[in-house]
Amino acid sequence: MSILRVENLTKTYSSGGRDLTVLHGVNFTLEPGDTFAIVGPSGSGKTTLLGLCAGLDRASSGSVYLNDVQLDTLNEDERAALRNQHVGFIFQNFQLLPTLTALENVMVPLELRGEKGAGKAAQALLERVGLGDRGHHYPTQLSGGEQQRVSLARAFANRPKLLFADEPTGNLDADTSATVVDLLFELNREAGTTLVLVTHDMELASRTQRIIRFKGGAVVNELVNDRVVEGLTD
Amino acid sequence: MAWRDSRRSRQRLLLFMSAIVLGIAALVAINSFGDNLARSIDEQARELLGADLTLSWNRPPSPKTAQLAKTIGRDRAYEVSFASLVSIPKTGGVRLAQVKGLQGNFPYYGIWEVQPATASRAFRQATNRVALVDDALLVQLGAQPGDSVKVGNLSFLITGRVTKTPGQAAIAATVAPTVFIPAKFLASTGLMERGSRVTYKYYYQFAPGTDVEKYVKTITARLDKDGVNYDTVAGRKKQTGRSFADLTKYLSLVAFVALLLGCVGVASAVQLYVKEKVTSVAILRTLGASGRQAFLIYLIQTALMGLIGAVIGALVGSGVQLILPQVFGRFLPVTVETALSGPAILGGIGTGLLISVLFALLPLLAIRNVSPLRTLRTSYEDDLSGRDPWRWVVYLLVVGFIVGFAWLQTKNLMLAIGFTAGLAVAFGTLTLLGLGLIWLVRKFFPTSWSYIWRQSLANLYRPNNQTLILVTSIGLGAFLIATLYLTQGLLLGRVELSASGNQPNMVLFDIQNEQIAGIRDLVKKQKLPIMQEVPVVTMRLSDINGATEIVRKDTSAKTPKWAFTREYRVTYRDTLISSEKLASGKAPYQTNGAVFVSMEKDFMDRMHLKLGDTLNFNVQGAAIQTIVGGTREVEWNRVQTNFLVVFPSGVLEQAPQFHVLMTRVPNNQTSALLQRELVSRFPNVSAIDLGLILKTVDDILGQISFVIQFMALFSILTGLLVLASSVVISKYQRLRESVLLRTLGASRRQILRITALEYGLLGLLSALSGILLSIVGTWALAQFVFEVPYRPDTLPLLVVALTVTALTVLIGVFNSREVLVRPPLDVLRAEG
Repeated sequence: MSILRVENLTKTYSSGGRDLTVLHGVNFTLEPGDTFAIVGPSGSGKTTLLGLCAGLDRASSGSVYLNDVQLDTLNEDERAALRNQHVGFIFQNFQLLPTLTALENVMVPLELRGEKGAGKAAQALLERVGLGDRGHHYPTQLSGGEQQRVSLARAFANRPKLLFADEPTGNLDADTSATVVDLLFELNREAGTTLVLVTHDMELASRTQRIIRFKGGAVVNELVNDRVVEGLTD
Repeated sequence: MAWRDSRRSRQRLLLFMSAIVLGIAALVAINSFGDNLARSIDEQARELLGADLTLSWNRPPSPKTAQLAKTIGRDRAYEVSFASLVSIPKTGGVRLAQVKGLQGNFPYYGIWEVQPATASRAFRQATNRVALVDDALLVQLGAQPGDSVKVGNLSFLITGRVTKTPGQAAIAATVAPTVFIPAKFLASTGLMERGSRVTYKYYYQFAPGTDVEKYVKTITARLDKDGVNYDTVAGRKKQTGRSFADLTKYLSLVAFVALLLGCVGVASAVQLYVKEKVTSVAILRTLGASGRQAFLIYLIQTALMGLIGAVIGALVGSGVQLILPQVFGRFLPVTVETALSGPAILGGIGTGLLISVLFALLPLLAIRNVSPLRTLRTSYEDDLSGRDPWRWVVYLLVVGFIVGFAWLQTKNLMLAIGFTAGLAVAFGTLTLLGLGLIWLVRKFFPTSWSYIWRQSLANLYRPNNQTLILVTSIGLGAFLIATLYLTQGLLLGRVELSASGNQPNMVLFDIQNEQIAGIRDLVKKQKLPIMQEVPVVTMRLSDINGATEIVRKDTSAKTPKWAFTREYRVTYRDTLISSEKLASGKAPYQTNGAVFVSMEKDFMDRMHLKLGDTLNFNVQGAAIQTIVGGTREVEWNRVQTNFLVVFPSGVLEQAPQFHVLMTRVPNNQTSALLQRELVSRFPNVSAIDLGLILKTVDDILGQISFVIQFMALFSILTGLLVLASSVVISKYQRLRESVLLRTLGASRRQILRITALEYGLLGLLSALSGILLSIVGTWALAQFVFEVPYRPDTLPLLVVALTVTALTVLIGVFNSREVLVRPPLDVLRAEG
């Protein structure tokens, strides 16, 4: 059973009386545990594709199956529940809630589904990302790298089957980026999560098993990263 | 440039400025109404008096003056009035009323509104016993035209219901409702006995073109000498105009509070606006704009929007003034013709423009300090708050403007400073309360509560939160409304207190010497206690230290004119009673034929008198020389017969006098029984039932509080408008948070609950802050001014708290509806 299946996905926006197609019939399938990168220049439709895959927006035509559930058939709240159940997110701008502490931010996905013992699980995750002693700090009291680590902990809090990372190192300096990326892949491997990485950084993309190159809303080509695949099969 | 830059944010800027619309509207409405009222009083001045001239007296004037009174003017009407108990035989209802015996064609000007309309003409020509009765009295006693009313020994057929008498505000009929009867039956009522407090009045109509003022001047000396009061159209106009001008001035201060609230909203909105515009300013600075140029661009934008807000406010205010005559309703003595008032509109627009710019200046000053470095490094943080010395200049200008405005309205500098200080205390206290509540929430954050609760509580102190500004603006509105209710309760409580315990609750007065024994028997027969019985003698003051009013006018003595024109009701005894305390000198006494009187302390101060001054009283024709021998402090809020001047015994015993007797009736039935007995056996004796006073006070307070509530409504509405605009301007932040939560899997219901709870908490915090401040304020009033025990009525406070909270939630959620429908993808887009 595939974890994510994209079939003939097309997205068209109306702008100023004109139709603008930003995605043209995209197809791919991801199996559980896959790591997958979508690369391409700015405006190529990467983020639109990621949004559609996560059920954050509706496609103009074509279908997305997440954990074998067709997203187009669900309403907004049902898709939100599905995300809460199976999906984790990491954003370029961290997207932490400024009014909550680091610990509370990590607790949010668990608390939204009314899970008990959210605090313990969140604390364990913070310790895993090396921020066990910073749980009571607010986002503004943390550095960029620390905020992204909190964001990582939050992404894994609900034990997702699928993790979407949108330019996770876009706002970080080189050293911090390396630490965060290492942590991302470690956590991903430990949890056996399927990772979808959107980036224009080929070096980062090269750490995934599969890479699709995007341009003008269409897949230019797909590469299988043998070195990574071999590494995994060793 | 200012215009071009505002292109994409004009709508939002306009929303900021809408906060001042209601304040300006209230101001323009009140000032327009004031102008219209002054003009109407001017135009209808003759109707205020109902005649060109009136003369009145409480004791018979000299035969010469009496003769003169019968010859003045082209036509004249005669009125004799006194207070008396009247009864409706059909229902058995009894009430103290003003009985007026009329003869002639009163009123000469204005309309006497009587139902049916023909009744007033029929009344004037009546030869039989008919009466016109004030509507308030008919309603209270359950009577209607066709029934009869008993006045003294006679019964009169009620032929008409009086709804308005010229020159009398409708509220006056509530306090002292009138029964009009033909003057020729007065003697047969048996109520005109010697010693009764009767007022005689002539209404005159002069030939058109007569200079009445000039004529009155020729007889003033004689009228003054005889103790005859006179009232001309010009005099009445001045007196009525002055009291209403004062009223509208004070109400305009209430409107100004709404405007200030709006301006605080503007300042906070502009502050957020400036934060958003920092990047644009940095770009402008990079391109070579000076700090001053950048500052001017945004100053012009806010000034323009302030002007638009003020113009809209002036238009709304001009519309609102159309309904103000209905709001003031029963207080108005004239029919107010509404028309646009140029000065009020221009004044309102000017005030709005000036004050919105002044308040916007504070956040705008920061623009001068924005560094062009921001264009290169987005993380570069300027110190925008800074310690800019210009801030102090702006603070001073704001305070100066508020004092100046209040002074312009009241023409009283101390009052203007007091008003500004009061405002500062209210704003300061609310800010402190708001800060305190936020601190409490943070300090004792309920970590064990559910996520929805914790998220909404935490939102109260999110970055760029509007919590403080909303607590201040909505809190001030809640404070005004709660204070109104609590003060009303205090005033009523004070009257109720007088009736509590073993204090007297019924006063019988106008008892003649020969009736006093009979009345005592009557009271005792009903098993009621006689709690106090005092003789009362009426007199006038002829001179102070040998100087009469005319002489004293030319000297530097400060004795007020009323000291000589008022009637003094005095009693005689040698000791002080329980409601009195000796302040200086001695209790009333006589030595060697010299009469030493005791004065009430405050009254003595107002008269500018000192111990040892001589006062010459005219006791219904006989002169009595007295010396001020002492002063007393009097507890006026006790139901007792208290007096400004007390004579020693042995001086006034033979003077014409009446008696007052006080008792305590246990219930309404006993009260009604006693009053019915009084009407049948002693028709000239009147009774005041404290229950009736309570009802009257309640009625009047209800009317007054409606007027003030109407004005306070503008503050509440402004608070809600500030809320609406701050919800809109902080929408982006909340949008991002909510969309993020949606991305993480939150349902619409969860987001809605977080939003509603956040605004519910905000509304509750604001309402509680306002109510808390109001409780402290009214407690101080109760403790130090009214001196009554303080027991605030919790139900109205609960209603205020719940209403304010519900409105806040409604407006907050309504303005946040976009948050609920926006697709979550935007959160990714925002990352660029």
